[in-house]
Amino acid sequence: MRYLIAVILLLLPLCASADDWEERFVFNEGAEGPQLRVISSTDTLLFAPFIEGFVAENPLISVEYLVTGSADIDRRVRANPSAFDVIISSAMDLQLKLANDGFALRLEDVEVPPWTQWHHSLFAFTSEPATIVINRSAFEGRALPETRQDLIEAMRERPDMFRGKIGTYDVRESGLGYLFATQDSRVSETYWRLMEIMGGLRVKLYCCSGDMISDLVEGKIHVAYNVLGSYASAQAEGQDALEVILPSDFQTTMMRTVMVSSATQSVQAAQQFLRYLVSDRPNESTTQSPLPLLVAEDTVSEQETIGLNPALLTFLDSLKRKKFISAWENAVIQ
Amino acid sequence: MTDSPTVSGSLRNRLVLTLIGGAAILAILLFLAVRSYAARVAQQGQDNILSASVASILDAAAIRDGQLEIDIPYAAFSMLTTPSDDRVFYAIYQDGAFISGYDELQVDEPVAQANWTFQSTEMRGESIRQVNAGRTLVGLGKQTQIEVALGQTQDALSQTMDQISRNAAFLGIGFFLLAACLSFWVASTTIGQLNKLTTSVTRRGPQDLSPFRKPVPREMAPLVTSLNSLMGRLDQSLGQSEDFIAEAAHRVRTPLATVRSYAEATLHRVERKENREALRAMVRAIDESSRAAGQLLDHAMITFRADHLEREDIDLVVLTKDLVQRLTPIAEMRELTLSLTGARAVPYSGDPILLQNAVRNMIDNALKYAPVDSTVVIDVRADPNVQIKVSDAGPGFPSEEIDMLTRRFERGQNATGTIGSGLGLTIAQDVATAHGGTLELSNKPEGGACVILSL
Amino acid sequence: MNLTSTCHGREDFLRLMKFLLVEDNLDLANAITSRMRLDGHVVDHAAKLDDATAYAEVEEYDLILLDIMLPDGDGREFLARHRASDLDTPVIVLTARSQVSDRIGSLDMGADDYVTKPFDHAELEARCRAVLRRKSGNAKSRIEVGGIVFDPVAGHFSVGGRDISLRNRELRLMELFINAPGQVFSKQKLADRLFTYDDNVSDNAIEVYVGRLRKHLEASDLKITTLRGLGYRLDHDG
Repeated sequence: MRYLIAVILLLLPLCASADDWEERFVFNEGAEGPQLRVISSTDTLLFAPFIEGFVAENPLISVEYLVTGSADIDRRVRANPSAFDVIISSAMDLQLKLANDGFALRLEDVEVPPWTQWHHSLFAFTSEPATIVINRSAFEGRALPETRQDLIEAMRERPDMFRGKIGTYDVRESGLGYLFATQDSRVSETYWRLMEIMGGLRVKLYCCSGDMISDLVEGKIHVAYNVLGSYASAQAEGQDALEVILPSDFQTTMMRTVMVSSATQSVQAAQQFLRYLVSDRPNESTTQSPLPLLVAEDTVSEQETIGLNPALLTFLDSLKRKKFISAWENAVIQ
Repeated sequence: MTDSPTVSGSLRNRLVLTLIGGAAILAILLFLAVRSYAARVAQQGQDNILSASVASILDAAAIRDGQLEIDIPYAAFSMLTTPSDDRVFYAIYQDGAFISGYDELQVDEPVAQANWTFQSTEMRGESIRQVNAGRTLVGLGKQTQIEVALGQTQDALSQTMDQISRNAAFLGIGFFLLAACLSFWVASTTIGQLNKLTTSVTRRGPQDLSPFRKPVPREMAPLVTSLNSLMGRLDQSLGQSEDFIAEAAHRVRTPLATVRSYAEATLHRVERKENREALRAMVRAIDESSRAAGQLLDHAMITFRADHLEREDIDLVVLTKDLVQRLTPIAEMRELTLSLTGARAVPYSGDPILLQNAVRNMIDNALKYAPVDSTVVIDVRADPNVQIKVSDAGPGFPSEEIDMLTRRFERGQNATGTIGSGLGLTIAQDVATAHGGTLELSNKPEGGACVILSL
Repeated sequence: MNLTSTCHGREDFLRLMKFLLVEDNLDLANAITSRMRLDGHVVDHAAKLDDATAYAEVEEYDLILLDIMLPDGDGREFLARHRASDLDTPVIVLTARSQVSDRIGSLDMGADDYVTKPFDHAELEARCRAVLRRKSGNAKSRIEVGGIVFDPVAGHFSVGGRDISLRNRELRLMELFINAPGQVFSKQKLADRLFTYDDNVSDNAIEVYVGRLRKHLEASDLKITTLRGLGYRLDHDG
């Protein structure tokens, strides 16, 4: 099955619709029941096992899976809420704001631990740390950096080696990038020093994890900062050159969240889908999934994870955002 | 015989209902008071957090390089986290112009520096609590007014309220139940006093008309006083009745005795058989009516004495011996022998007059049925229990009479319409009962009746 | 007819019994008196307590029959006074009251016995006899005649020195005969005296008692003669 999907995915760009989606795919096409429109920031390749599992259990439901950037999801949903049934995104802050603003349907009877949901309308289903992915060749004979400070020193030591060879999110474009950046900045001043160094070395800015990792695989860059480990592992499969590093000074862990649009026409099917993701996941699908699923009982991850609470609204405030972006631009774009 | 009084309501029920009704009203008031107080406290709590949050936002406002900067602290919204994940809305205005947040959130009036206002309003279909706060910033000769509105839904609050309401309801119900139990208790102890009086009046024998002397609560004193005076009057009139009965007996019996004596004397002079028969019948009728009158009066006297038993320490053997001696002439007239057997002395505490009467009736009964030349045995003993046994060699009781007498005893009825041998034993039975004993009728296997008075 | 007493003055003991009857009801008093006299007793009648006290002070009575309810006072007061005055004349109370209340009361006051009105004369007689038996010594009523010794009060009877136990009715019969020697008693009269009105008496019963008595008297000089159609008579052979 996975091979089949992989093949289809390779052909995907060809059949991308005019509607400007990064990826679009219909699972269980031609089913008699309702068709769920799922808008997501997760690449189809990574998410397909879930949908496969879901449609296997619910053969009457077909799923149209639409992929775009997390910031774009926010824009599209706000513009046309009834166009989507299920909204999945890695940008927790944008998702929370959508839910806070009333775009999410409140589902009272989904049983999950309190910290993995907000307001019974936004539910987390993965736990994914931000990582540093490096091309091992760039650190030939040298110790791999374990912390952000290590990375700063490595770049200071050999600026020529890394000039133009470092990549990170463009926080202006990527919702997830902005979330990681703001959370990093909250935790430590190291973030700003890192950004200044990177800016000095003409860091390459990406909109999406996929592109960043592609460039890394292809050797266009040696270091990618704040990449989702799940993507890196998935794409670096069989690529010995890539090393995924969980920085040991502090980790920023994101939870991928899902909500049912309050404007959905297929409440029942959408709920079923959400339930499948957050609570009913069969083990088979868990093992197949490349995404690190949330372990509800894991109290450690609760501590390290970005909290699902109204504080996420803080950096979405326009004044605050303007200030942060300008500080970031000052650091990165020199 | 006793007419049921006309009953209108129940004092106890009225007391209970009043107390329970009062308790219910108090419980509801308690519930409402606790809830409204808790609601104020809970609302105060939310207001305090909103205040702290808005204060931290205002604190973050600054004019830098002539530009307004509001660097909202992460904690400002973080502190608004609630267990129910309440939604948060905010809006920032500069000199009345919207600059950030949710523009639906209006600040109705300009807010003075130190005068923050709280209001409950609606936002996107949900009721919210809103705080409006303002601050004047001065920088580079420029003065600007910042106003921040911060709103939060009240899910957590209403959840807390639900919980408080539930607890307050439990408190109210608990209070109510406790009060209800108490009111039942109070009612029953209050009514208990009445019941105690009722019981002690009921338990008295029909002739016990002595005043009620046990202490009673003050409120019941008038009742007891009038009860006592009623009983006093009744006692007096009963006493008069007793005297009247005695007088009547005397008036009736003396002429009867005259007639009888004349009849007897005449009988000795009359030879003709039919005349003699007529005279005999006359004498028998006189005897019959006088015995009936006598036994009825005896029975009344016995009942009277039995109701307030005066116990004395006596020796039953001495008592019985006297009786045997006194009845010997009668026995001899019938060629009967009275034999007293048993213990030498049986001390007992009882009413000697009643006991003597009972035993006399038992012996009378035996004398009546014993055949000529036989012996009536009177046995008095203390083992295994104090008992006086009178047995004769007569035909014994007809079995249906044993049943009838026994039943009559069980019914404890008066001897109305039972003139004759039965009444004598009924009297004995009454005496036994008054002493907490029994009267047992049986027929001996070898023949003859046996009556045992067990005490 | 030729009955002689070996013991002077004793032969008509009961005939000389002297009663004081204290009774306010004249009719009843007359009835009792006439009945008593029928038996040969002497009866004085007092209708008031004062009279009774006066009689009792002057005469010596064998027995006092006392009514309790009297117009000038309670008979029990008389009783109390009587006992206080050292006279031990036996007293039998006649009462119309409840047996329970009066009997005991009068006994406590010192009466020797009581009879409830209306009373069977035979019972009264039996009680008198019992009281006298208790009160007086044997000597007083002892009769010795024709080889027999007879004490009707003590119930003692012997023929030729040999004691014979007489049944009550035999005793009464003997008493009747011995108190009126030579007098003819019809069966009817004897039955009236020996039995109460409750008893259903056949003529045969009298014959049985007479027969028994005859047998006892065989060894003596006395004998009971049957007078056909008239009755019986006690005769002295000697």
